[in-house]
Amino acid sequence: MRNIFLFIRTHFNLLFFLFLQVISIYFIVNYSKYHQAAFGSTTNNFTGKINTKYNSVQQYFHLKQTNDSLIKANELLYNKLSSNFELTDTGKKSVTDTIMVDSIKQYRKIRYISAKVISNSITLQSNYLVLNKGLNDGLKIGMGVVDPNNAVVGIITEVNEKYAVVMSLLHKDSHISGKLAKGEETGTLNWDGSMVNYITLNGIPKSAKIAKGDFIISSGFSTALPKGLKVGYVDAIFKETSTNLFRIKFRTAANFYNIQYVYVIENVDQEGVKQIMSKIKTQP
Amino acid sequence: MSVLVKNIFRFVFLMLIQVFVLDKIRLHQMITPYIYIIFMLWLPFKTNRTVLLILGFILGFTLDSFRHHPGFHTAACVLMAYCRPFLINLLIPQEGAETNYEEPSFKSMGGILPYLIYAGTLIFLHNFWLFLLEAWQFADGLYFLLKTLASTSICILMVLITEMLFSRNQKFKTNTI
Repeated sequence: MRNIFLFIRTHFNLLFFLFLQVISIYFIVNYSKYHQAAFGSTTNNFTGKINTKYNSVQQYFHLKQTNDSLIKANELLYNKLSSNFELTDTGKKSVTDTIMVDSIKQYRKIRYISAKVISNSITLQSNYLVLNKGLNDGLKIGMGVVDPNNAVVGIITEVNEKYAVVMSLLHKDSHISGKLAKGEETGTLNWDGSMVNYITLNGIPKSAKIAKGDFIISSGFSTALPKGLKVGYVDAIFKETSTNLFRIKFRTAANFYNIQYVYVIENVDQEGVKQIMSKIKTQP
Repeated sequence: MSVLVKNIFRFVFLMLIQVFVLDKIRLHQMITPYIYIIFMLWLPFKTNRTVLLILGFILGFTLDSFRHHPGFHTAACVLMAYCRPFLINLLIPQEGAETNYEEPSFKSMGGILPYLIYAGTLIFLHNFWLFLLEAWQFADGLYFLLKTLASTSICILMVLITEMLFSRNQKFKTNTI
């Protein structure tokens, strides 16, 4: 017993060093669990405050780009105004339907919540955005995030009362599914960590017809992002020699260099879908 | 200014420069500039080894909390803190130089070359361990090596420039231990 204490005493620094290394590697490996427990609440509050201060200075330098993108977004919305459209006057007798559901009445499926980006990184291998809204404003983990022109930015991974952390498309672990707007073939988005604003799309069969400049849209298979949101434009197409698949490099529709404002997409059906999915998992 | 106040001020200043200036710059995919490690390089000779490890942990953890993925810089900084005393023992010119001067600098290490080796080795260890931990999820050997070397050279350059810009007056303390 005495020898053990002597050993610890003589090699205290080495043991302490190994202990600290093990802790840090534990953080890396168990990142998500730990993150929600301690990181989400305390450090995010602290760094969030500093980031807000910094952003209030920095946003002046991007006012012009922000204005431009807002004008574009406005133009798009004006074009969708209901006053732009008129019902055709059929002048015919209306037939009463036997279906009990009122098929004309619409219900809201998706709600947009605006938020400001207070911190955005692009230089790392795993990039995140921090938004100035959190649980108090109805943001939840798993919601999709788009830029003012409705182009996909990422998915919320952490929320506390005041702030939310978004895993951007430029993250090595971000695997959102996307599809070609023309042929509707679905694949997975991957970022190799090398170039900002350029992402690869894997899993598109060689039978698909693709040309440079084609749209890539969100697939709508997850509840986070509805179908049809712009993701990017095809930039280069590579044929994989060993498989029957294409590897497509594309430019993102959202410009990650100067994101200032985003919209968080709240899917009203999300809870219902989640409930059903949880039932599947719990079955033996 | 007392040593403690000076180092706290240094810590905050370097961290702000790192997060809000250098992290916003994208030079090249291979190069990640790091300046916050100067805090570790400039700590006094007399710092206790256990305290050094704890300071390294805090330093890395603070940067990690700005990047939302804890662990990477913490591990690298702790490694740097552990290796620092060995390097100083190897490179210090004569017996008792670490008691005559307060902190490592050109003058107290006895010239530019020993200081360069001291800073270069620590920065290399930091980058090597950091990028190795990141590369476990990427698995690309050549990319990892090139990135380590390129980043290390840029970091050494920045440390040298900083050292020349902010010359710290190192007074020779005689017979004071």
